[in-house]
Amino acid sequence: MRLAPSNAPAVAPAHLAGGDLRSDLRAVKVVWRRELLRFFRNRLRLLTSFVQPVLFLLVLGTGFAALAPSAGNVNFKTFMFPGILAMTVLFTSLFSAISIVWDREFGFLREMLVAPVRRGAIVVGKCAGGATTAVIQGALMLLLAGLVGVPYSAILLLTLLGEMIIVAIALTALGVLLASRMSEIQSFQAVMQFIVMPMFFLSGAIFPPSNLPQWLSLLTRLDPLAYAVDPMRRAVFEHVSASPALQARLNGGITWDGWRLPIGLELGIVAAVAVVALALAVWQFSKAE
Amino acid sequence: MAASDLARHFGNVVAVSGVTFEVGEGEIFGFLGPNGAGKSTTINMLCTLLKPTSGSAHIAGYDVVREPLKVRSHIGLVFQETTLDDYLTASENLRFHAELYGVEPEIRAERLELVLSMVGLADRRDHLVGTFSGGMKRRLEIARGLIHSPRVLFLDEPTVGLDPQTRAHIWEYIHELRDREAITIFLTTHYMDEAEHCSRIAIVDNGALVVVDTPDALKALIGKDRIELQVPDSQATIAALREQFSLEATVSEGAVTFHVADGEEFVPKLFARLGQPISSIRVSRPTLDDVFMTYTGRTIRDAEASTGERMRNHPRMRRRR
Repeated sequence: MRLAPSNAPAVAPAHLAGGDLRSDLRAVKVVWRRELLRFFRNRLRLLTSFVQPVLFLLVLGTGFAALAPSAGNVNFKTFMFPGILAMTVLFTSLFSAISIVWDREFGFLREMLVAPVRRGAIVVGKCAGGATTAVIQGALMLLLAGLVGVPYSAILLLTLLGEMIIVAIALTALGVLLASRMSEIQSFQAVMQFIVMPMFFLSGAIFPPSNLPQWLSLLTRLDPLAYAVDPMRRAVFEHVSASPALQARLNGGITWDGWRLPIGLELGIVAAVAVVALALAVWQFSKAE
Repeated sequence: MAASDLARHFGNVVAVSGVTFEVGEGEIFGFLGPNGAGKSTTINMLCTLLKPTSGSAHIAGYDVVREPLKVRSHIGLVFQETTLDDYLTASENLRFHAELYGVEPEIRAERLELVLSMVGLADRRDHLVGTFSGGMKRRLEIARGLIHSPRVLFLDEPTVGLDPQTRAHIWEYIHELRDREAITIFLTTHYMDEAEHCSRIAIVDNGALVVVDTPDALKALIGKDRIELQVPDSQATIAALREQFSLEATVSEGAVTFHVADGEEFVPKLFARLGQPISSIRVSRPTLDDVFMTYTGRTIRDAEASTGERMRNHPRMRRRR
């Protein structure tokens, strides 16, 4: 623990790079990279968050498949696949927002908030990091497509990946917004349980949102995740050969007063949720005391 | 660095009630006072984390309210609580900070090397911070606070919770630092012995500045011993002390307390001339309490007891092992 000798060659004092936008972009990148470093360092989390959706798909899916009609290699697991992709993204996105609460509890948030960059940049970096990890988890799930009768078509995989990116951004922003006012991990987890499960069940991930009783179908239309599951399911069903009857039964989609929403509108709704949640989160963090 | 009538209220509670001071370049300026005196609130306002209710402050020529980003890029901060990422290595933590503060890439590696070796952690650079001891974490935080060459380094209770040896080392680094980087250091402490390292000390109590002076000037005052008397009749004893010795005594924690230059030589004279019964007597070397008491009329423990209720539990105290 000796000090370096005073006659050591002098190192030039740090010269700070200027430029507002440049420093904000740099901050986004730095915060994003930290999220990824932590994500890949935590192997256990990588594994556990992979096991859960696999269980849902292979165990729950196989069980349900016995009850539901099937044709050829298209069965209930094929139906569930896009729902499970959405679920993977949902869980990873919202729970990656927990790192903000964690950072607050362990002080690291303060280190970021006193940096000479706008707080919005920190928030955007956090969201970008959380969304990236969620998409990585989702992409891992995509590899299982063949097990459930979904073909490895490049167009299909890219479409699903793109849709997962949009929904990951929306959900991470939502999570960060929720985390912005919370200082305890326990309360964040409680709120998450209260939000994650209803969002998941109502999204149509594990049962078709069409042909539901009115009260339930009203609730599914309020769930932003439903507007992400449907486009993904439609993409999958375009690449499998399902009979019209099976299509009608499993791929009825979301309707507003009998009108089936186009994919563009559905994704637009998800993107709008992303923009609004991100803007609110930035605003929440920019308020100085 | 200058603060002018800087104040902060939380609702009806006045945390800092208008402090004015100036700190010159290259000074080590210490804020000394009990927990809850407003030290951290003042630091938070100076480093733009908290908006002042009134008054203003400038650091390196920038206004803390109007140009917070400019201020932030010219200051380094070491908080009371650890703000490191335990899941990253020492050098990853430093790199995160350097990039966030925009240290130019060409000199980033050099700066990282310099600050790591300055605090003696060069050989631990690739270890996860979670495996570090409290003292190592504090040193790493100091290194991090320096990597972007700030003009002012804020240290909020830099040695709280550390063992004496580590505390001494931290002070070595602080002095080395000032010589090497010509940096201004602003720190808070409630240890008197630490205040001796400062070029000037400000004593704070109840959110106000009580006195600002050099340690020599303050030491001249604490160069006296403290005498505590347990007596049956405090008032009569105080009167007798005034009459016989021209000493001003006060009652503190149930004892008649006063200060004299040579306590042990004074005791025989006291017995000979006081003319009041004494049940017990205690002579002690000066402590922070004595300085504090001289200026505020109460001990630092009394001060912490009365301000303690309006402040939340001091976070560091809970973590102290």
